Amino acid sequence: MKIKLAVTLKKNILDPQGDAVKVALKQMNFKALSSVRQGKLIELDLDISDRKVAHDLVEKMARELLVNEVMETYEILMD
Amino acid sequence: MKSTLLIFPGSNCDKELQTAITDIGSIVTRVWHKETDLPSDTDVVFIPGGFSYGDYLRPGAIAANSRILRSVKAFSDKGGYIVGICNGFQILLESGLLPGALMRNVNQKFICKNEFIKVSNTDSIFTKNFSSGEIINFPIAHNDGNYFCSDDDAKSLMDSNRIPFLYENNDNGSKASIAGVLSKNKRVLGLMPHPERASFQEQGGVDGKRFFNSMLENI
Repeated sequence: MKIKLAVTLKKNILDPQGDAVKVALKQMNFKALSSVRQGKLIELDLDISDRKVAHDLVEKMARELLVNEVMETYEILMD
Repeated sequence: MKSTLLIFPGSNCDKELQTAITDIGSIVTRVWHKETDLPSDTDVVFIPGGFSYGDYLRPGAIAANSRILRSVKAFSDKGGYIVGICNGFQILLESGLLPGALMRNVNQKFICKNEFIKVSNTDSIFTKNFSSGEIINFPIAHNDGNYFCSDDDAKSLMDSNRIPFLYENNDNGSKASIAGVLSKNKRVLGLMPHPERASFQEQGGVDGKRFFNSMLENI
């Protein structure tokens, strides 16, 4: 089963990379843009067919390695 | 003082660190990350700078979950001394041995320069030989040196005197200009600046030698 994990900086943390991207887009004339935040996408392919088992395993992986909960937050994306 | 130096794939400041520590009279044992145990007579564990695992995922994240770190945590639980320099600091934060996290420098640049660092307290073996408030000079060289922690952690660090080093010029955006952090028992130190690059006159300064000597004399 393929599961995606979207990882972003917590809302209250400054994201200079996102700001740099926003400046670049505005300079390219994309005016209707109020904010940009940049994160990362981790794609996992698990040998599991049960959706709940797969979800819980990804959550465990997120907590133990894939996400630093001091500064990041995450969303598990399943089809 | 028996020093154990951890080596990860991508560590690159180990030789310089070994030279600096050996020079002040400590005996250094190099330990590859795949080992499960530290030498039994270890007094202090050093985790050097570099780019362990290429900084993949997050700097220090993968090294923090390596087998040898389990022994390092057990060593710390028994009151052992640990110093994490730069990537070593990142590894200590990711492993939970120190509070907080290190993020991308706020100016989006890799900062490589000699930096003025204030010794903000002399409450540990690492800073005992300095004067409180003294300004020293250590090189910094990092892309992800922007220290962050919760307001509660920051208050706790300040209240219990666990911030030994502050940046005089906070170029990387670190919270409260924090350049280094101590554990609750003040035996685990993480710092972004490189004392091993200020250990010989040829390097441009010897404040680093004073740092290592402070450890040797007070451990």
